[in-house]
Amino acid sequence: MALIAFYILSTVVVLSALFVVAARNPVHSVLWLILAFFTSAGLLVLIGAEFLAMLLVVVYVGAVAVLFLFVVMMLDIDFVALKQGFQNYLVVGALVALALLAEIGIVAAAATFGGGQSFDPSPGAPTNAEALSRVLYTDYLLLFQMSGIVLLVAMMGAIVLTLRSRPNVKRQDIAQQTGRKRKDAVELKDVRPGQGI
Amino acid sequence: MAGLELTLGHYLAVSAALFTIGVFGIFVNRKNIIVILMSIELILLSVNINLVAFSVFNGTIMGQVFAMLVLTVAAAEAAVGLAILVVYFRNRGEIAVEDVNVLRG
Repeated sequence: MALIAFYILSTVVVLSALFVVAARNPVHSVLWLILAFFTSAGLLVLIGAEFLAMLLVVVYVGAVAVLFLFVVMMLDIDFVALKQGFQNYLVVGALVALALLAEIGIVAAAATFGGGQSFDPSPGAPTNAEALSRVLYTDYLLLFQMSGIVLLVAMMGAIVLTLRSRPNVKRQDIAQQTGRKRKDAVELKDVRPGQGI
Repeated sequence: MAGLELTLGHYLAVSAALFTIGVFGIFVNRKNIIVILMSIELILLSVNINLVAFSVFNGTIMGQVFAMLVLTVAAAEAAVGLAILVVYFRNRGEIAVEDVNVLRG
């Protein structure tokens, strides 16, 4: 039963990854990417790594893919022109991919993995999330904090890169609004009759 | 029974296929940097599947911790990469990366 589910999910993952690469429209690519992330989360649930699967859905689908979707839809790009060189690189790309796959296959056939002896998604704890959190906040605390710093620096970098101050745009300045005095705004003129200002 | 259950090899095969497709995508979509970034995400996804599969089938939790770190770096990389892409689009008005040589001295 698990094997049938595995074959279905892995077929969907591989096919949707292919469509990510080959889709004509980048918006379709992002949607195929979301499908690939969802189904690979299913693959992880299948072997009991539930926490990582949910993290994959939250981070990849909820943040990264939506970010891609925003950028693709925000930029006004001629997508047809970007697809021009597809046929030229198809042969070279396929050759490199085949060579890479053959190399991975040769290495995998020659190597002996220590896997398969002890199937245990959550060693030393009742649930997967508990097993992860037990080591994450004790043994790997430094790694955890460092990944937080990585996210902080990435956030600051993204903000610094995309922030721009355009001098010609009129914006609301609340401090200036509330700091306005009566003498700055209103002037009393003594207008004589029949003369105008 | 031996052929009827999930093994490490199944997951390694899926991961290898995803990795290869990601590299293929980088080669094929030379002009479209958005799809190149998505291919990098696919490669990182395959790495994550590999790490989690080894972790689960060996009964050690370290692989899953490391997969979380890879996830963090992937998210950071996507954010910074797309920010650079937006800035580049603002400056040039297009995102064809085949002839990005403005940094050449």
